[in-house]
Amino acid sequence: MSIQTASLQTSDKPLGRDDLARLVARDIKPGSFVNLGIGQPTLVSNYLEPEQNITLHTENGMLGMGPVAEGDQIDGDLINAGKIPVTELPGASYFHHADSFAIMRGGHLDICVLGAFQVSATGDLANWHTGAPDAIPAVGGAMDLATGAKDVFVMMTLLTRDGASKIVDACTYPLTGVGCVTRVYTDKAVFLTGPDGVQVRETFGCTLEELQALVPVPLTAAPAVER
Amino acid sequence: MLTFIDTVGEAVAGIKDGSTVMIGGFGNAGQPFELIDALLDGGATDLTVVNNNAGQGDQGLALLIKEGRVRKMICSFPRQSDSWHFDAKYKAGEIELELVPQGNLAERIRAAGAGIGGFFTPTGYGTMLAEGKETRIIDGRGQVFETPIHADVALIKALKADGKGNLVYRKTARNFGPIMAAAAKHTIVQVSEIVPTGGLDPENVVTPGIYVNSIVKVA
Repeated sequence: MSIQTASLQTSDKPLGRDDLARLVARDIKPGSFVNLGIGQPTLVSNYLEPEQNITLHTENGMLGMGPVAEGDQIDGDLINAGKIPVTELPGASYFHHADSFAIMRGGHLDICVLGAFQVSATGDLANWHTGAPDAIPAVGGAMDLATGAKDVFVMMTLLTRDGASKIVDACTYPLTGVGCVTRVYTDKAVFLTGPDGVQVRETFGCTLEELQALVPVPLTAAPAVER
Repeated sequence: MLTFIDTVGEAVAGIKDGSTVMIGGFGNAGQPFELIDALLDGGATDLTVVNNNAGQGDQGLALLIKEGRVRKMICSFPRQSDSWHFDAKYKAGEIELELVPQGNLAERIRAAGAGIGGFFTPTGYGTMLAEGKETRIIDGRGQVFETPIHADVALIKALKADGKGNLVYRKTARNFGPIMAAAAKHTIVQVSEIVPTGGLDPENVVTPGIYVNSIVKVA
């Protein structure tokens, strides 16, 4: 066990947001069609290499989205799902909302990367609503993304500000999707979720035993082929 | 029948109290501000509005909500950093909200325009937004039955129209325009430019004129 866990640790300290974004970017297969959610997942675009030939989708109706617009590039008719002005790359295309969500729901997107409040051991996702009685609910495309993409990656800190694990046995926040998350990238480890439970691909600044002490679901080391 | 109208006020004059009005736009992109302002001036009230959001800042749909003209919002993402008018009405219990996942919203609008009586979708299955709805397992996946959203009127924004009412849009401002144009009984379009019939390449027409009733050019 100690040999195995030692081999899982790939960094001697927890990963920062940018290092984590760089890792997610590296894990996206060349030629993929990808949707990056609002917030932390947007950082991933900073680390995609041109030779990866990744096409970014934005659910408000575009494939081939380029970087955030600056200065003279800003055009109110060209925004991303976070309503931030963006640019178009050569080969971009525009389409209406029903087509955009058909792209998603129809299984044509390879990966979406989302933030989360909680992920369950079986890959249930909670990321749209705290469930607080006075909160105004707003779902946007979160449920469509969670359900539609072939792979759903989550990026989040492992622990809440209060130190509670966001990987949980069962989500206590309202669900976004059932059994949809395939990988969870956190500051302390990368987790693979699915019907076989939670596997750990690599850890950052902790051993598997130390990680297990933080997470209330059984963790196993992922097979070497997944690393 | 297609009519070209000189002013936004005349274009929206027929909208009655209690109407269901689809308003195009995703955030401010594609939002037909001039038509909404005219609707505000026209005084129609007790409206059900279908839009992705529930207004931003102090303009357009946000003002319609502020002035108490909207009885119910059907939308996917009402809460934003600048949605204060909706937030206040909602917290005061003065506006009804039907929250719909964005892709279900789009497909329900599309279904209305396409004459579809409903559809099963995996989006929302197992969540609180599917509570009370019929579900089935189809192809091994849980799916939720969703029904079309019809409207009396659609207010949308396009870049250009030709003499037949064919439309082209601009970039991500296209968003809900094409599906709302098809879903409403009466579709009113504000455009930046009207070109002669034949002035749009038929291969590039996005919304065919059959879906369009009124066109008004705004500066």
